[in-house]
Amino acid sequence: MDIIITGLLLGGTYALIAFGLNLQYGVAKIMNLANGEFLVIGALAAFWIFVADAISPIMTMLIVAPLAFFGNWVIYKVLLRPLVRRAKNQGQLEVDSILATFGMSFALVGIMVSIHGEYFTYSYLAEPFEIIGETFALNRIVAFCFAVLIGGVLWFWLYFTRPGMAMRAVSVSTEASGLVGINVPKMSALAFALGGAVTTMGGTLISTFITLDASVGVIFTMKALIIIIMGGVGDIRGAIIAALILGLIETTVARLIDPGLTLAAAYAIFVLVLLFRPQGLFGRKPS
Amino acid sequence: MLKTVFKGVVTASVASLLAFSAHAADVIKLGAVAPKSGPLAGGATVTQWPNVELWSKQVNARGGLNVGGKKMMIEVIEYDDKTNPGEHIKAAQRLAEVDKVDFIVAPYGTGFNLAAAPIYAKYNYPHIAVSAISDKMPELTARYDNLFFTLGNTTSFTESVIDILDDMRAAGTIGNRVAMVNVADAFGIELAEAARPRLEEAGYDIVYDKSYPLGTPDLSPIIKGAKDSNPDAFIAWSYPPDTFGLTEQAIIQDLDVKMYYTAVATCFPAFGGKFGSKIDGVFGAGGVNQDSAKIQEYFKAHKEVTGKVADGWASANTYASLEILGQAIEGAGTIDRATVTQYIKDNSFDTIMGTISFDNQISNKYWTVGQWQGGKFRGVKSSQMDGAAPIVAKDGWK
Repeated sequence: MDIIITGLLLGGTYALIAFGLNLQYGVAKIMNLANGEFLVIGALAAFWIFVADAISPIMTMLIVAPLAFFGNWVIYKVLLRPLVRRAKNQGQLEVDSILATFGMSFALVGIMVSIHGEYFTYSYLAEPFEIIGETFALNRIVAFCFAVLIGGVLWFWLYFTRPGMAMRAVSVSTEASGLVGINVPKMSALAFALGGAVTTMGGTLISTFITLDASVGVIFTMKALIIIIMGGVGDIRGAIIAALILGLIETTVARLIDPGLTLAAAYAIFVLVLLFRPQGLFGRKPS
Repeated sequence: MLKTVFKGVVTASVASLLAFSAHAADVIKLGAVAPKSGPLAGGATVTQWPNVELWSKQVNARGGLNVGGKKMMIEVIEYDDKTNPGEHIKAAQRLAEVDKVDFIVAPYGTGFNLAAAPIYAKYNYPHIAVSAISDKMPELTARYDNLFFTLGNTTSFTESVIDILDDMRAAGTIGNRVAMVNVADAFGIELAEAARPRLEEAGYDIVYDKSYPLGTPDLSPIIKGAKDSNPDAFIAWSYPPDTFGLTEQAIIQDLDVKMYYTAVATCFPAFGGKFGSKIDGVFGAGGVNQDSAKIQEYFKAHKEVTGKVADGWASANTYASLEILGQAIEGAGTIDRATVTQYIKDNSFDTIMGTISFDNQISNKYWTVGQWQGGKFRGVKSSQMDGAAPIVAKDGWK
């Protein structure tokens, strides 16, 4: 039981990491290698505001989310839209966007180092919380609740509203969705901006229980990539399931076998998915 | 008309050339390569960079170094090695070949000091390593004539932790049950491997012995596992992010041990800032004599000049290494690197950590373990340092 709850909490953390990139890569078709940096920006904001004014990271998250949405929208319009326009096919766009966002990640790291080069560490809700006799960290539970909330809202929006359906259509095929009258550039910009906002929110939540620094973003980008590839690119349900599976597997291995094998176990699962279901758990087979 | 202008330009450039060379002669160029980004940047911005800034500003404020009767100012040239040894070597080469710096500040991190030793040796720079802990020091100093070590070796760090266990066991505070974890990285593995046989020899039961990958996002399974093994003492050979993460979980899970040790970054001001009084009694790598007047003066200047709080360990060592370099340049009365290196070998130096001298290019004066006591990180075990505070048992996480 303890393992299941700890695993679910970790899975929630992973889901927070992966939601944003899923939208950016799945819908806007931008392989955003600076995704982790946006997460760290959220963490930096939470740390900075908490240390200066003792404002709760939850509040910070609500302030940061619209800013990140706007910032990412501008980045998409100015930096990435020209790449989309000139790309002849999906492959070329992927290469171009990888290069562009890779460069952007360095710039972001540089900016963050100049703001605060040390560790972003503070204590927020680092208190014990009991669930059926076992103790868990309250900040992780809060983050998990927000992960559920964010995931739920995204899922509802994508599956039960018109713009959500349009977005899923873009994710399936940009050409076809353009043909049926969906404003693809607008939807892509929206997906990219939304993805950035969600990632940054994830960062503010994660900073309450993981010590980050300005340079740590790439680790989160990689984790997010593994999760969305496992779950199926562009599918929010897949990302959630994959994140929970990873969380459960890592915790089980850490508790029952050896903490040293968590990474090995996570990659073993990843390889298995790639071997037997290369399109991801919820992905579509290319037609 | 044109001729006059031309003449003017020539005169101006000759004048500026002269001014430049006169200026250059009065300046000692000090090259510093260390991480400003990458995994070690968080540590280097606490321990390394502020001391380079502090020392050079202080020297310049008093008119520079007195080199054979001539006052020479310090000019610092900094490069970011991005926590990448390849980048470090490139930058070091640039310092030597392009910037032609007179002296260098040793790199940050054990791996970087070892990786860069050949290149600094090639250019004869006195290389006074601080953030480098290894048991291979005698071999390295035998190979590199210009390399000095000041922060101690792996064995002394593990020995001191076992000394503390011994002291507490003798006092009846703890029994034989020890839980030990380490980060699966060169540093953590080396320390755990050094500690394991020594703990067994000393009659301790290692009831929990696990490693975890660097960057593990959830350390609660480790603390829960350790707690289930019901230990008297908990030792973690940990790196900064996991030092914070393990301790947070230990507080949440109420890991009730009388002796709790985490390695790197326990001495950081941010550690005290994050956990406040809860970490009273926590042991960590390093230490400093908080009661020394010189150290107090240094802490004050550090805060005033850099705006940052010095850590409770290698900050002072880093500053002392620069004091040694400065005193050696003044003592040798030249900026000739071979002469300065020889001067460092032959003399003792008056630093904020007391008098330091080198035996086979290794200083045996350093702190090994410190403990948070009343909001301050105090040195409790050392090699040849004065002012060790008595150890106290951890009494819960309040």
